[in-house]
Amino acid sequence: MPNDVVVSVRDLSVSYLARRGRVRAVNRASFDLHAGETLALIGESGCGKSTLNLALIRQLPKNATIDSGSILYTRRDKSVVDVLKLNKAELRRFLWSEFAMVFQGALNSLNPVIRVSDMVYDTAAAHGLNKAAAEKRALHLFEKVRLDPYRVFRAYPHELSGGMRQRVLLAMSLLLQPQVVIMDEPTTAVDILTQRSILDVLQTLREELNFSVIFISHDLAVAAEIADTIATMYAGDIVEVGPVNEVFYRPRHAYTLALLNAAPRLSAGAEELYSIPGSPPDLIHPPPGCKFHPRCTFATEVCRTVLPPLVAAEAGHQVACHHTDDVVTAYRKVSRA
Amino acid sequence: MTPLIELKHVYRHFEVNRQRLPVLQDINLSIAANEIVCLVGESGCGKTTTGKILAGLLGPSSGEVLIEGRPRASYTGREAALLRRALQIVHQDPFASINPAHTIGQILGFPLQRHGMVRSRAELRRRIWELLTLVDLTPPGDIVNKFPHQLSGGQRQRVSIARVLTVNPRLIVADEAVSMVDVSIRIGILKMLHRLREQLNLSIVFITHDLALAKYFAWDGRIAVMYLGRIVEIGRTPDVIAHPAHPYTRALLAAVPEADPELTRHKQHLELRSEDIPRLTEIPPGCAFHPRCPFFVPGVCDTRVPPLEPPPDYNQLAACIPLVETGRLIPYTERVNPDGR
Repeated sequence: MPNDVVVSVRDLSVSYLARRGRVRAVNRASFDLHAGETLALIGESGCGKSTLNLALIRQLPKNATIDSGSILYTRRDKSVVDVLKLNKAELRRFLWSEFAMVFQGALNSLNPVIRVSDMVYDTAAAHGLNKAAAEKRALHLFEKVRLDPYRVFRAYPHELSGGMRQRVLLAMSLLLQPQVVIMDEPTTAVDILTQRSILDVLQTLREELNFSVIFISHDLAVAAEIADTIATMYAGDIVEVGPVNEVFYRPRHAYTLALLNAAPRLSAGAEELYSIPGSPPDLIHPPPGCKFHPRCTFATEVCRTVLPPLVAAEAGHQVACHHTDDVVTAYRKVSRA
Repeated sequence: MTPLIELKHVYRHFEVNRQRLPVLQDINLSIAANEIVCLVGESGCGKTTTGKILAGLLGPSSGEVLIEGRPRASYTGREAALLRRALQIVHQDPFASINPAHTIGQILGFPLQRHGMVRSRAELRRRIWELLTLVDLTPPGDIVNKFPHQLSGGQRQRVSIARVLTVNPRLIVADEAVSMVDVSIRIGILKMLHRLREQLNLSIVFITHDLALAKYFAWDGRIAVMYLGRIVEIGRTPDVIAHPAHPYTRALLAAVPEADPELTRHKQHLELRSEDIPRLTEIPPGCAFHPRCPFFVPGVCDTRVPPLEPPPDYNQLAACIPLVETGRLIPYTERVNPDGR
């Protein structure tokens, strides 16, 4: 896809300094996010997906450093911003208006002692938007996320249910018409019907406002539903990227395959599932070669010594695995009807 | 056959800020030896309270708990002690439920000694080794002197399962026992629970909010769906999942995303009339689901509390008067506006 890249990440590495040594949380991550695209980063806890996103918005904790790489952001007027070079004041203006975020656990993201209206006004004031315009847009967005706009606008966070709060956050994130919204597990701590309403609302908003989303989740089902592109992360590496149907129906990395084989499907009847042996590696002393090899059923000698690079495969797929062909064949064998 | 444990007309309320919260209302549930029963529902539906009553951590406010046909209160002295051992619970968060200052050996050793399950040091050691092997923490020698923080989340959850096995339980209540564990490791723990159930002739009550997981785990057992303190549907898992009867179960199943892009994007969702879950202090009269139900029948659903009965053409029980009495559900919108205008 030409020229509609909004965020371009190249060779981004992030590490944390811990007492035992350096934790390599993200290693040389590269990806492009296109206008209107939803990219789901999937992986288990500790795979680096949240760290990667905190790096994108430059909100890493103090003990973290960005060791290498670049994050380029293209504004609507096509001017390019080097996110890593923004100073504090620039960054403050940049966030919310270009890059917004919705975190897991809505209660932590809303100030409990002020009304929703004041949060809207504060955000507007900080970004030089006038009060009336902010209010009008907020009310419009609240309606879009199926909330009673006037009631919610006057409410304190504790007066809203969990699902309502999460939708308030979703609406607030779009207040300044950002091009990109980062969502970190926005449906993880919520009930099924609440999750459904959040997913539906997100879909409606995307259709109307056409923003890009980076969606972090460990839930394959949610990713399957909302993502255009899936990126699988393991132990700090992006190991597979591809269009959603490609990744789900033709996985090429042994880890993605293993994740799919571990995910129960409601409609699948009696099914055989497989867990992945072992547990994710220590990121201070990761195994040599492919980091997944100690848990991988396809691993051979080369996996133990050579780190496979992320290379292009067919159909817009990129994969970092020495045994892509075996993975594809194995998937076909257990492939469900 | 007499069930291992049976709840009969169990009610339970809590007093919170001088308000009476009816958390459970008229729960009837029996669990046979070696059976798997899943309790599913959203937060606040009473599934954990039901689990705690089954495990004996809470008593009912009214109603009966029968164990092998006898009221729980009739178990006294030595029998009561044996009963406490027989019914065990595994909690969600192994970080919180295991003492971080004790080694795994101590964590398993204390209950073994406290309950007189072993008679000598040698037997204690042998039993700890045996338990660790049972939960696939092998070689036990590598694990026994470790502290909980040195184990992964999945391994820690295996330790908490080994700990309930110290007292040779008959029933394990697993309350969201794999919710905190990563996807890749979950299935391993569930398979282990299946194996333990066979090997040790256990009954398992599995509490979860994850329907796909419930389906997988309880495929050979039963599922009970709870809503606002009542069981609204119960039956064999394949029946409930493939042919849900109660409107609430239908809504839940329709709402769950699936790990299959084409399937999940073309799934028919069931629109509710309201997204708000009523508070426990203001449970709606009649069927508690009626204000949200897309198949609401005025004058029936808002006045009569539906009993759990078999609807025609279903194998399970559902608490839905229109379905049970007429065998079908008509959308409320068609009912109020029959011409579709």
